[in-house]
Amino acid sequence: MQMVIKKSWFNNSIKEKLIHGFFFCNGIISVVVLLGIFALLVFTSIPAFSEVNLKDFLFGTTWNPTSYVKEQYGIIPMLVSTFMVTIGALAIAIPLGIGTAAYLSDVASPRVREIAKPTVEILAGIPSVVIGFLGIVLVGPFLSKVFGIHNGLNALNGSILLAVMALPTIVSISEDALSNVPKSYGQASLALGATKWQTVIKVKIPSALSGIIAACMLGMGRAIGETMTVLMATGCAPAMPERFLGPVRTLTSSIAIELGEVAYNTTHYYALFALGLVLFIITFFVNMTSDIILHKFEKVNR
Amino acid sequence: MEQFIGFMFLRICIVLVLLALAIILFDIFKKGSATINWEFLSAMPRKGMTEGGIFPAIIGTFFVTIITALLSIPLGMGCAIYLNEYAKKGKLTRLIRMSIRNLSGVPSIVYGLFGVVLFVQMFQLDTSILSAGLTLGLMTLPWTITASEEALKNVPQSYRDGSLALGATKWQSIRTNVLPHAIPGMLTGAILGLSRAAGETAPILFTGAAFYLPFLPKSFSDQFMALPYHLYIMSTQHHAIEKVRPIAYGTALVLIVLIFCMNLVAIITRYKLRKVRME
Amino acid sequence: MKNLLGVLMLSLGLLWSTNAQAQEMLQIKGSDTLINLVQRLAEVYMEENPGAYIAVTGGGSGTGVAALINKKCDIANASRLMKPKEMAQASDQGVNVNRVVIAMDGLSVITHPDNPIKKLTVDAIGKIFRGEITNWSDVGGNNTPITMYGRQSNSGTFVFFRDAVLKGDYSQKMNRMNGNAQIVEAVKRDISGVGYVGVGYVKDATGLTVLSVAAKVNGEYASPLNSADVKSGKYPITRPLNQYINGSPTGPLKEFLEFELSSSGQTVVEEEGFFPIPAEYEEFNTKAGL
Repeated sequence: MQMVIKKSWFNNSIKEKLIHGFFFCNGIISVVVLLGIFALLVFTSIPAFSEVNLKDFLFGTTWNPTSYVKEQYGIIPMLVSTFMVTIGALAIAIPLGIGTAAYLSDVASPRVREIAKPTVEILAGIPSVVIGFLGIVLVGPFLSKVFGIHNGLNALNGSILLAVMALPTIVSISEDALSNVPKSYGQASLALGATKWQTVIKVKIPSALSGIIAACMLGMGRAIGETMTVLMATGCAPAMPERFLGPVRTLTSSIAIELGEVAYNTTHYYALFALGLVLFIITFFVNMTSDIILHKFEKVNR
Repeated sequence: MEQFIGFMFLRICIVLVLLALAIILFDIFKKGSATINWEFLSAMPRKGMTEGGIFPAIIGTFFVTIITALLSIPLGMGCAIYLNEYAKKGKLTRLIRMSIRNLSGVPSIVYGLFGVVLFVQMFQLDTSILSAGLTLGLMTLPWTITASEEALKNVPQSYRDGSLALGATKWQSIRTNVLPHAIPGMLTGAILGLSRAAGETAPILFTGAAFYLPFLPKSFSDQFMALPYHLYIMSTQHHAIEKVRPIAYGTALVLIVLIFCMNLVAIITRYKLRKVRME
Repeated sequence: MKNLLGVLMLSLGLLWSTNAQAQEMLQIKGSDTLINLVQRLAEVYMEENPGAYIAVTGGGSGTGVAALINKKCDIANASRLMKPKEMAQASDQGVNVNRVVIAMDGLSVITHPDNPIKKLTVDAIGKIFRGEITNWSDVGGNNTPITMYGRQSNSGTFVFFRDAVLKGDYSQKMNRMNGNAQIVEAVKRDISGVGYVGVGYVKDATGLTVLSVAAKVNGEYASPLNSADVKSGKYPITRPLNQYINGSPTGPLKEFLEFELSSSGQTVVEEEGFFPIPAEYEEFNTKAGL
């Protein structure tokens, strides 16, 4: 401390300003990266639209960039595939996730909870490529046996796997939301003669609803953007999907499949970046919505 | 009665979730452990990758993770220090926080596209460990920042006030009174982030991962084999998929064990550094 | 903490210094279709020539060609021909592209053994996969609808079969499988199925019919299982597998290419399920200075 006092105030103030500036540069890096990703995607996508009509891109129902006859760049089949797989995943993950969260916060004894919550979170640590692998070797054969189909790599398979991947997010954030509901709410409900179950369903879940919705949106963002599992487990036919037991090809897997073979700096190459841009915009809005909901919920509870 | 059925439903939910985890781990451990032996871990692949080991993939993943760490740990810590110690409440700070949250939601394949244009083409790093590591580093950044900030928040405000009251400058107080207490938490968070990066495939697909290399990478500008990419190839792209299935299981097991070990290291780091502080 | 940094720095330094002393090595990059074959060729070559270093990496034909254009690799593997746009990019960069053909790939058309159809013309196969013929009775078989099994659009096999047989686009109803093995498994189980796979996958397979194919309606039927018919060009569905290089090869590059085309190299080609180069493609290799 003596050294500190000896040093002149003036020198220190310049040094402090420099240090402040240094950390400021670190601080805004995330803004720069986010804008950078967006800008690069936009600039690399633009050349595609000198040859592809924007309307055909957004509303075209055929994606066939390597056609023998006529190249077509319609993204509708991939959008439909992405949403099919995502909705399937959410249909599985939301009830399971909220149920698990409610169990952890209101039914489980503290000891069970202390073990069970981190265990569920282990799921988040399993790499997506491993989940996709299990889609090929476990879920695929299982589905083909149950439904009597030749090929178990389809939209349902992708949905099941994505549900597994979205679960830890949904459970963890929903459980936080449920635990943050003021204790007095539950006590009041119980005092009025409601059962524990009625309290959970009628009081706790409604009060934590915005947090739970935000959790589901985050899980949805994760499912839309996931690449490896859907690439490996959904069969990846580029045609317009017809049913859950048929193959689908999402935005993410299209990029992963085609970027390697494409000739650099051609329309097809730029079009793949346009797919990336569409994906970026969709996930951006999903995450923003979740963020806004989550913040409202934090304010209300304060 | 209604309560009984309701709670039963909740119990079924958690049992299903835990069952999913159990099936995943059981299948990989059971079928993977049959393949694992010393040769599998230490030998090069042979005979068109139908025999031999996965040593180059282990090494490749290790080197990529080093680059990822060198980019994301210092930047992430710096950003967290700015946000928690320097930033005032305002529009800019809100913008930064919003960016971080959105970055963590950007799909990994989009990071891959970004890496192809920025590192591979613009910076002319070609497909290499460097390109892939930097791409993963950017992807890990939001996680590192969030974890580091959490660690800084846990340092009581009185530590800062005490040192400032004694005439220390802001940086001195951060350096001597805040960072030493925050670093264990920061490192723990950083290693957890790295463990996720090590398991990622999509960002390295086009930035440097190689199908097969007959020797280990010699520099950071070489291509590399990586565990997650190897598993992807072995289960979808290889010409004899059924025949190499045991290798795929073995690779999956090694990958999972590696990630669990990193998590373990994170926990031990926190424990040890805390103990040192105490003495 | 400081120790950790020190170790990191040391390992960094070691890596770079070994890099500086690295021996001259051949970089081969490109198509994932060729990679198994070229990797095997490289393995055998390195066993015979202990001083040689060859790195074979995949990533796709586009990646390989882009690397060749940017002079980042010595050989680009391509299961397709280079596109005019890529040729133009190459000459802009001063890269004088030469094509070498190292092997032939034959595609077989497979059906379920209980299907009475044992041979088809290229024209009929094209009609089936374009979706113009949808029932086996239209080609003289049972009255059952046809189920098609093919590959993903990123595979060289997909493009080659389309350009050589369909000369049009695939029916959107074709099931797009991830690999040859999956197609074989699906056709084995599906009595109404038809699929195309590399000959290497069906050489010893049981429970399948490998169709004989004729180039023209009244032409001679030939089976891809007969190696002589493939080599003479009588079997119609074959394609050359290419390697692109910059200029005339010299030194280690030339030696490796010569090994690939030598009889021991071509033995590896056959072991991997491909076919030796027929006379008509040898002129490309002579032109490239081999």
